[in-house]
Amino acid sequence: MGAAKFWIVSFVVSVAFLILTRWLITNEYYFFAAYQVLQFIVLATAWNILGGYTGYTNFGTGAFFAVGAYSAVVLHKLTSLPVPVMMLIGGVMSGIIGFGMGYLTLRLKGVFFAIATLALAIVAQTLIVNWDYVGGARGVYVIRPQHAPISGSYVQYLYSLMLALTWVSVAIARTIERSQLGLGFNAIRDDELAAETAGVPTLRLKLIATTLSGALMGMSGAPLPYYVTYLDPASSFNLSYAVNSVAMPMIGGMTSWIGPIVGAVLLGTIQQLATVTISSALNLLIVGVLLIVFVIIAPNGIVGLVQSRWRARIR
Amino acid sequence: MFSLDLAVNAIVAGILLGGFYAAVTIGVTISFGMLDIVNIAHPAFIMLGSFVAYIVNSNFGFDPILIGVVMAPVFFLVGMGVYQIYYYAFERRGEESIQGLAFFFGLLFVGEVALILVFGVDYRFVEAPYIGPSLHFGFVDLPLRMLIPCLVSLLMLAVLQLFLGRTFIGRAILAVSQDRLALQLMAANPSRVKRIAFGISIATASVAGALLIIIQPVEPSIGRDYIGRIFAICVLGGMTSFPGMLAGAMLIGIVESITATFYGPSWAPAVAFGFLLLTLAWRPAGILGR
Repeated sequence: MGAAKFWIVSFVVSVAFLILTRWLITNEYYFFAAYQVLQFIVLATAWNILGGYTGYTNFGTGAFFAVGAYSAVVLHKLTSLPVPVMMLIGGVMSGIIGFGMGYLTLRLKGVFFAIATLALAIVAQTLIVNWDYVGGARGVYVIRPQHAPISGSYVQYLYSLMLALTWVSVAIARTIERSQLGLGFNAIRDDELAAETAGVPTLRLKLIATTLSGALMGMSGAPLPYYVTYLDPASSFNLSYAVNSVAMPMIGGMTSWIGPIVGAVLLGTIQQLATVTISSALNLLIVGVLLIVFVIIAPNGIVGLVQSRWRARIR
Repeated sequence: MFSLDLAVNAIVAGILLGGFYAAVTIGVTISFGMLDIVNIAHPAFIMLGSFVAYIVNSNFGFDPILIGVVMAPVFFLVGMGVYQIYYYAFERRGEESIQGLAFFFGLLFVGEVALILVFGVDYRFVEAPYIGPSLHFGFVDLPLRMLIPCLVSLLMLAVLQLFLGRTFIGRAILAVSQDRLALQLMAANPSRVKRIAFGISIATASVAGALLIIIQPVEPSIGRDYIGRIFAICVLGGMTSFPGMLAGAMLIGIVESITATFYGPSWAPAVAFGFLLLTLAWRPAGILGR
């Protein structure tokens, strides 16, 4: 399937999904839960553009995500822009941070990039904690507009926006995967030195990957203040965003666009169920344990398992 | 307000803090610097050390440092076990990079959440005779709560330095860090040496954890704050040398202490991380590097 065709087909699927869910589901909680799962699909897909395709581990998902969320808080206080515009601006902010981050550290070994992203999350959190305008350590309340711009409740509106963002990020990931850009990314992942020697502009490609990945994470964070209506640094910079966005592609499979979706839907649903039925501390333990188990026994994730079974059957 | 005695006290406190940071970092200098194993789960083992010290101290009243030293062999075995898993799952297959990182990241997270599930998020502390009193030299205060961990840490550093330089296994560890392939050609088994070295690096976490809970009350998620600090010090110090690491630890300790004194403690965490980012960007070989 060509790139243009995939954009159209996935668009049709998303719209059909949106209409079906909003027509069939009346319980508001399901939209609330589905929003989180969709948000994780976006985060996992964004992480995978850098982590899976290019082979650079980013542990700073929380930072990019929260920068998007806090951009929205600032815009909410200063202006009355619609949420989709805030998402774009939040994405631009996170994209800039991704670019700067990459420019500072990507010339080093990959490990240093990973450690630096962990550090970035703490620096950004300290800045927000000390910034009173956006609430500082106390957090900030964001009051939703009374009516959603489209029909239905406000949560349904946010859900629809997140679904649209999911469509865009998955289609971007799929397009990159099949393009020359994706080939370049893979070359960097497999052997950076060889790629450089063969004329792949490695630094430029890595910067494209970090910027794009950061921007998508920021976009998924921008609606968060309206979704939770109360935002504080401890929850928006939570390490669980980083763990989830690493674990989901690893468990789903990092080599194709479908892997992060599989991982996010699986882990996201398990966590929603566990939060409701058991406890929220335990569901994080589940994610951590699954991550460890999968990287040890199935390093190529669920998609890798299915693929190798297929190949065995064809032979 | 800037005043001389405040500044001197801040610097002295920073030196004591830096000495303690050396104990926290030494394990990562061994695993990350010498063995090339990116053990970002090291803070989780330090937390474990703190909580072991807390349990034994609150039940039997033993000295926390003594507990840390006595438990070190147990941590050594745990470390060897973790390395064994790491070796079979990643190193042997040549997939050390991204999967290995994710493995340690998962370990860090599981360790933290498990401690939260068992102990909750309350701050825990230990009791010992030297927590509380201070020595006074003129206007300079030396709280024993900081001085003793600093001295223990320097002692541990000296012992490990001697061990690496003077014993057969110590030299073998240095050989692995310098050239793994050459060691293999000498018919030695690098993975056996690395297993012992990784065990030692985790054993230091037992002592470091006991020191940590003497200095401040501990709850499971504060380990996270140490990730950036540890790696910043390790990179600042040029990765493999203990004297370089000590210099890096002192630098970070002093800068953090001055920041906390003059700008407020809420800015202190950003210092180490800011340093880390700047070092990575401009002097990746460390402050003492070429």
